[in-house]
Amino acid sequence: MSDKTFTDADFQQEVLEEKSMPVLVDFWAPWCGPCKIVGPVVEKLAEEFKGKVKVGKLNVDENPQISGQFGIMSIPTLLFFKNGQVVKSTIGAQGEEALRGMFTEVLSA
Amino acid sequence: METMYDVIIVGSGPSGLTAAIYTTRASLKTLVIAGAKWGGQLQLTTDVENFPGFPDGIQGPDLMQAMRKQAERFGAEFIDDNMTATDFTTQTKGPFTVAVGSKTFQGKVILIATGADAKTLGVTGEAALTGKGISYCATCDGAFFRNKNIIVVGGGDSAMEEANFLTLFASSVTLVHRRDEFKASQIMLERAQKNPKIKFLMNSQITEVTGQNHVEAVKIQNTTTKETTEMPIDGVFVAIGHTPNTAIFKGVELKEGGYVNAMHTTHTNIEGIFVSGDVTDNHYQQAITAAGWGCMAALDIEKYLREE
Repeated sequence: MSDKTFTDADFQQEVLEEKSMPVLVDFWAPWCGPCKIVGPVVEKLAEEFKGKVKVGKLNVDENPQISGQFGIMSIPTLLFFKNGQVVKSTIGAQGEEALRGMFTEVLSA
Repeated sequence: METMYDVIIVGSGPSGLTAAIYTTRASLKTLVIAGAKWGGQLQLTTDVENFPGFPDGIQGPDLMQAMRKQAERFGAEFIDDNMTATDFTTQTKGPFTVAVGSKTFQGKVILIATGADAKTLGVTGEAALTGKGISYCATCDGAFFRNKNIIVVGGGDSAMEEANFLTLFASSVTLVHRRDEFKASQIMLERAQKNPKIKFLMNSQITEVTGQNHVEAVKIQNTTTKETTEMPIDGVFVAIGHTPNTAIFKGVELKEGGYVNAMHTTHTNIEGIFVSGDVTDNHYQQAITAAGWGCMAALDIEKYLREE
């Protein structure tokens, strides 16, 4: 299981400066019901795409700076980054097949 | 050949999960197609104060987790993804084949328990600004509106509940309602009226939401004078009721409002397809009535399969 977390402090290095592979950031909070639905799906796909896509969570309560910078106003929000740029985003809970499709799309783009 | 299930339950709110508890306890092989967003509307709530058995209330997501666990304990299988739209028009009875992505499943019986989803306003700017200041889930997004000014649209219990909840974060909540009377229950309405942070804007409806990267203002029309004004605002929470989720069941007869037509108790127009909960209920729409309906459907299904 992937339990990688990003924070305000390491976001620059871990996400924006990651050049070797795309990064998926799962913006979430413990009080958010739909986040608990999407969380396990993201973790499953993180395992499946291990070594191809870096996946981690960012707690919006504890990391207001990054959440604000990317204009997060609804969670769960998933952002895919490539070379420091957002290349794909989705708001709200998504099914496994739909999410897998996004992984594949980001990898093939 | 796919596994043949006795029952395929589509939906995983209180209705679908109660049905699953009953069918599995009756030794019927049960598959729950739970949907990508499993757990139904209670996943989007906080305190549930009117579900019997919880004198101090219970969190909606916790209640759904418990119901799911109870169904799994008796052997219900779950798929957390959406069923593909299927045309049942030519089917006179089961077995039925349904698909989830690339997988297909067969069931002697289908139970439609897909519930209902939040209605949208249907105005310009809404789609583009959803998740950027427009929200259909106060409990999910409320915390992003700390010290902001926001609007709640609606006049029912859920609008009152959301307005009250949002005052935990927002500096002001304006409740915009198109009529001059409320569908909300007295207790919920009074709670909102007594809250000093909530203002009421009656006989009014939003006609447009504007903003560059996030919501900045709304256009509001007075439904009596037809006069339109612009109001700067940081967020809009929509709580104007729900639309039943029936689009994936082609050939199943609907009644007024798009709800599934239950012929007698929980049967639909197609033999072997049953219905329960908010997807057929245009009136009560409570967690407990949905659960009760799920139980009724399960008992009807059990009887139907026994007589087959």
